[in-house]
This record gives sequence, C-alpha cells and structure tokens, in this order.
Amino acid sequence: MATLSLDKVSKRFGETEVLHGIDLEIADQEFVVFVGPSGCGKSTLLRLIAGLEPISGGTLRVNDADMTRVPPARRDIAMVFQSYALYPHMDVYENMAFGVRILGLTKDEIDGRVHEAARMLQLEPLLKRKPRELSGGQRQRVAIGRAITRKPKVFLLDEPLSNLDAALRSQVRLEIARLHREIGGTMIYVTHDQIEAMTLADKIVVMNEGRIEQVGSPRELYETPANAFVGTFIGSPKMTLVTARREGRRFSLSDGGAIEADAPADAKGDVMLGMRPDALTLTRDRTAEGFEAETVYTEYLGNEAYAYVRLADGTMAAVAVPPNEDYGPDEPVRVQARSGMLHFFDPESGRRLRHGSLADERGDFNRVEQARR
Amino acid sequence: MTAVDASRNAAARERSGLGVFTQDALLQIFLIANTFIMLFPILVMVLNGFKTNAEIFSSPFALPNFQNLSNFEAIATGTSFVRYLFNSVLVTGLSIGFILILGTMAAYAIARYAFRGSGLLLLFFIAGLTVPLKLAIIPLFILMRDLGLLDTQFSLICVYTAMGLPSTVFIMTGFIRTLPRDLEDAARMDGASEFKIMRSVILPLARPAMVIAAIQNLVPIWNDFFFPLVFIQTESLKTLPQGLTTFMGEYNTNWGVLFAGLTLAAAPITLVYIVLSRQFINGMTSGAVK
Repeated sequence: MATLSLDKVSKRFGETEVLHGIDLEIADQEFVVFVGPSGCGKSTLLRLIAGLEPISGGTLRVNDADMTRVPPARRDIAMVFQSYALYPHMDVYENMAFGVRILGLTKDEIDGRVHEAARMLQLEPLLKRKPRELSGGQRQRVAIGRAITRKPKVFLLDEPLSNLDAALRSQVRLEIARLHREIGGTMIYVTHDQIEAMTLADKIVVMNEGRIEQVGSPRELYETPANAFVGTFIGSPKMTLVTARREGRRFSLSDGGAIEADAPADAKGDVMLGMRPDALTLTRDRTAEGFEAETVYTEYLGNEAYAYVRLADGTMAAVAVPPNEDYGPDEPVRVQARSGMLHFFDPESGRRLRHGSLADERGDFNRVEQARR
Repeated sequence: MTAVDASRNAAARERSGLGVFTQDALLQIFLIANTFIMLFPILVMVLNGFKTNAEIFSSPFALPNFQNLSNFEAIATGTSFVRYLFNSVLVTGLSIGFILILGTMAAYAIARYAFRGSGLLLLFFIAGLTVPLKLAIIPLFILMRDLGLLDTQFSLICVYTAMGLPSTVFIMTGFIRTLPRDLEDAARMDGASEFKIMRSVILPLARPAMVIAAIQNLVPIWNDFFFPLVFIQTESLKTLPQGLTTFMGEYNTNWGVLFAGLTLAAAPITLVYIVLSRQFINGMTSGAVK
C-alpha cells in the first residue's frame, strides 16, 4: 500500500538543472509509466525516487511520510535495473535471498519467500545457476524476483525490457502486467518505448527536457494530446505536424492545396495541424480537394500499410492506406483528412487548441484535471 | 566455445599454412629457449642441494644421488631454518594481509565516493611508486628507533605494507572502477549498508585484482634481504634470506647445505605463486566469456 507524491522535485548536476520542479501524484496500486526521449530525465527521476541520487529541491512523500532525505534502504522501494545488475558471484537463490536476509527474517521465511517468487516467475529449476549461465529473459526474471522477495511498497523498473529481443519483449511485458495484478503494489516503469507505455500503464507520464508534458491514461494521451510534443511522441507511425492557414473550414498550405475540417473555435490564422496516419487518406485523383503530395515509399505490414508522402512544404507525412493498394515512388497524389480526426495546436506554443474535434469532452476533462493539480 | 574455435581454425587455414607455421615454430623455439634459461639456475640450485661440497666442485652440473639427504638433515637439525621460515611466513603473510585490506578499502573509497581531493589522494598513493624506499633507509631507521620498533618484526611489516600500498591502490582503483555501479545500487536498494556492499559485493568481484596485487607484492617481500638486515638483530627474529647468510662462513662455506636451504626457501613461494597464478588466470577469463 503506497501512494507517492512529488512536490516541485528538482535535480541539479553541478550547475545544470536536469529536472525542473516535477509535480506528480501516484495512487496506490497504480502502474505508472514514465516515457520520453532519451535524455529527458525519466531515469534520473526514477533514481531520485529510489534514493540513489539526492534530491536537489522539493519533497518526495511516500504514504505522506517525507522521504526526501531518507536513504534507499529505508524507503521500502525495490528497483529492477536495465542491466539487471545481478550479483555475478551468487547463484539465483542467493541473488533473490540477498535483500531478504538483510531484513533479518528467519531461515524458513527467507526460504519461503524465495521459493514463492521463484514459483511465480518459473525460476524454480534455475535456483542453483549463476547469472552468467542464464539467458537474457531468465536474468530479467531473476532481477524481478529479487525485487519482489522483499515485498516492497513500490517497485521501480528502469527500462527492464530494453536488452531483450523483440519476441521475448512482448512475452515479458505480459508477465509484468500479470505480476502487477497478482502482487499489487505501486509500480513505476521507465521506458522510451511507447508500445510498452501504452500496453502496461494505468497512467503515462510523458516527459521532455526535464519537464512533465502530460499525465494521463493511454487513451487520453492518444486522443487528446496536450501539446504537439505528446502528439508526435505517442502513436506510431508518428503524427505529422504541418502549419496551415485557416479560412473558415479550409486549411491550406501555401501552394500546396487545402483540406477541410471542423476546427476549434480558438484556432485563428495559422494553425498547427496534427495528423495521425489513420486520420488521412490518399487519392490518385489530382483534381480532388486535398494537400498536394508525392509518394516516397510504402511500408507493407500485412494487415496494414503506410504510405509516406512528401507534402508541398517538404514535410513527410505517414498515411494509412488499404494494404491492397499499391503506390509506387514519386506518384503525385492528394492527401485528404477524415473529418473529426485532426488535432489542432497553437503554432507558437504547440499547445492543444480547445474544442478540438471528436474528443471535446475528454479535452475538457483533461484540462480540468490539470487545473486541479 | 566450439563455434569460436571452429571459426578461428577456419581463419587460420585461410591464411596460407606455411608462413604461419614457421612463424609459430619460431615463437615456440624462442619460448622454449627462454624457459630453459629461466629454469636452469633453479635446476642447478635444486641438484646441488643433494651434493657434498666436493661433488659440487668436481661436477657442478651432474645429476646427484637423490638418496643423499644429509644436507637437508643438516638444515633441519643443525640450523634455525624452521625458525627463519616461520618468521618469513609471518612477516610476509601479515604484510600481504594489511596491504590487501588497507589497499582495497582505500581504492574503493577513491574509486566510488566523490569527495574533495579524491584525485589528489590517488596521486599521493601513486607518487609512492616513484619513491625507492631504500633511499629513505636512514630516516626510516631513525623513525623505527624513535617508535621503539627496532629489532621487531612489526617494523618490517610496517615498511612492507607501505611499500605495497601504492601499486595495490593503483591496481584496485582501476579495477573497481570497471565494476558496474548498478551492482552497488542494486545492493543499496536491497537495503545493504555500505560496509555490507563492500564485503558481499565488491570484495568477491575484486578477487582477481586482489590476486594480482598479492602476487605482485609477495615475491619481493619474501625475498627481501635489505630491511631485515638493517632492522633485525636478534637471531630468533631473522627472516629466511637473512638467516641463510649465516650458512656462508667467512673462510669456508658448505655450499651443499646452502643450496639445500635455498631450495627449501624458494619452494613455498613458488607453490603459492603457481596456485595464485591459476586463480588469477581463472579470474581473468571467467567474466570474459558470456
């Protein structure tokens, strides 16, 4: 049982401030994912919560107790490292028992906990092996096992899947989701992989340059990104951003054609359009309304396909196309928008413009949430 | 492993056989010759340990009668050899112990904790490598006299520990820096104290480097003649190299007994060296192959 509360937490390394006043509330049993490009400070924030780096400013509370200056050993937090950090000279059993022994439990209790964790993670046949005799996926499970034997209040996972190959990654991802259901506990998970973020999280924290860009459920982030950064970061292939001139319902690129869409009330003059691949369609009819474009290449993925086209202003845009349609390179096409699926951002600040298309209510809900915080 | 071997063999076959063969053969000849040059004096020492003085002078390189153990008997019964051996083991053992304990602790602090002057401290230790302690024998003698340590084995242990620390701190600092920090962080998250981290995580992993440091210091300390000569007067406190000189008389020397004594003196250190080398090689290769 643990809630975490970060109040204006900041981190400086020498003169450089890498985290600027992070405010964040994490509820009990919540699965929170910090996501962002490399260097955004997500791993640093995790290490601050762990206590491995001292907090330069602000306060960290766990269950309303001030933990800002408490050493990691007394925070009751366990962490799974990107490198697994298994003790190479101890076998799997000793690795998992190390933390529990320090708790000062009896031999039977230690044994019980290690075997319980080993059973949960299917590690029982491996207990006598050394880490170097294990495969990547097995090491990963031992690292998780080491964290759960201590029965901590909070689990921190620092890019735990980044050293695994793709097939194993989705499998361990499922296991982590299952573990969270089984053992409960508050989990904070750091990744740069938005698929992990979307599939695992109750709540995603999108970070960029030491600041939180947006906090919300995967659906909120996808449907109502608070700004252009979140819009392009979540979703694959990426959302395309173009700055278009608005005239009523028409949004035109200079010498590049125009599309029609319902626009938010406060979109005036130039507007930044956020267009996800599935919000766009292609047509070969060159007399049709739409942005003028030229195909560059197509990605065929079997059940779906994406065409990458170059708009008149040079922007590359990804467009979802029916997999049975083939587009060669350098074909002149028109890009059209599906009504109600565009995002509108302020071209200066990148902030989401109000009364966006389909997600009016969510947008409002999100704003209220943010205002409340 | 087999895959690596196979690919290496394939690569060797590609590089036309003959040139490589001559190159390898030359290398082997050179190594064998070198081994012979290194081992020959040792062999002569061991062989002559079984001979009488007369035999040594008449046929120094001949094979002796190995049943003639009179020299060894003479050492065991007629000299304080066992006493010297005990003293050498005591002094060398304690010195190596202190060097490893103090050196590793200092190296861990320098390698891992960011504190003011840590770089300077490392430099201070390394500067010790450049100072030949024998040059400082007179101040050292005065220091030992003032501390009342003259003619005690503790004086030797102090000097040897000081002598061994620079290289040990240097080796260990470099090694500990290569250990992943995540391991310590993981232990910290597991609730371990700094001392527990040092003892249960760092020390076992630093063992190969500690073996290197031990080997590096073991032989010079065991063989040292100079400091015991200056500091130790009492017969019962003498170490082996110093003690063995009593076998050399002013007018006549029993070479057979002396060689037997040298053989016995060299035997333990050679054995320890072989055992530690094996450890050291194991340590070097165990982590290297995933």
